[in-house]
Amino acid sequence: MARVIVDVMPKAEILDPQGKAVTGALQRLGFAGLTVRQGKRFEVEVDGELTDEVLGQVREAAEKLLANTVIEAFDVRVEQ
Amino acid sequence: MSRIGVVTFPGSLDDHDAQRAVKLAGHEPVALWHAHESLQEVEAVILPGGFSYGDYLRCGAIARFSPIMTEVIRAAEGGLPVLGICNGFQVLCESHLLPGALIRNDVRTFVCRDQKLRVESVDTVWTNAFVPGQEIVIVLKNGEGGFVADAATIERLEGENQVVFRYLDGNPNGSLNDIAGVTNARGNVVGLMPHPEHNMEELTSPSLDGRGFFASLERFLTAHVG
Repeated sequence: MARVIVDVMPKAEILDPQGKAVTGALQRLGFAGLTVRQGKRFEVEVDGELTDEVLGQVREAAEKLLANTVIEAFDVRVEQ
Repeated sequence: MSRIGVVTFPGSLDDHDAQRAVKLAGHEPVALWHAHESLQEVEAVILPGGFSYGDYLRCGAIARFSPIMTEVIRAAEGGLPVLGICNGFQVLCESHLLPGALIRNDVRTFVCRDQKLRVESVDTVWTNAFVPGQEIVIVLKNGEGGFVADAATIERLEGENQVVFRYLDGNPNGSLNDIAGVTNARGNVVGLMPHPEHNMEELTSPSLDGRGFFASLERFLTAHVG
């Protein structure tokens, strides 16, 4: 079974309050100089062979549901 | 008396308050279930507040694809009055019936307060009974109410008079341009983070400004029929 990874990240110009909170906590823990932006990772199990058509469907699913492209960018890749 | 639909999604919280508000405004509330495909010939639809589908994925993202929303989107594009309150506003943005999106509050906490607003546009189905620039107080309670959009969209909303409400006395959640609510180009779809359905009765409300939303709808429907 093939696995496709969809990474979704808030766009650079969009405020990321969660990432900001994590960054602040890291600094308090002594991890200096680390800035975090927080996104989501989806692992999509695909039945059968992973064809270009199926990969296209995953991209379509990412654009339609997994990401809100008003505020988020996504990346689709096959896990080796 | 008009038939006004209130959609219940799994996780909706304020659907009954919205139904009650409809009744207090002298109309007949019609409960609409997310899994049904009929709007039951209602004359307007309210998408209520709450946490539809547990806010999984993104607020409103899954509700947007429920069977009833296919009908709501089709009807809204045809001119049906639709009001999205809080989570309902998020559903409308996810549906692309309204521009922009709502993200986590910049203060990173849930904010609950009586919120002063300025009515910026009265050219909508839901605000025509207000006076331009009128200051009102409406209950606000959300964790993800930060309105964002790209610069071109914000400019268009401001230029086309599509900003309907603006926060006064402090921006509670980091919304761009202090935007609390917006409308579509036609003015039949309005979404806002504050909850007008909670401002209907003296016993429990700091104001009765929620009634203006229904007075507006009534004026629109009456003019429409007449």
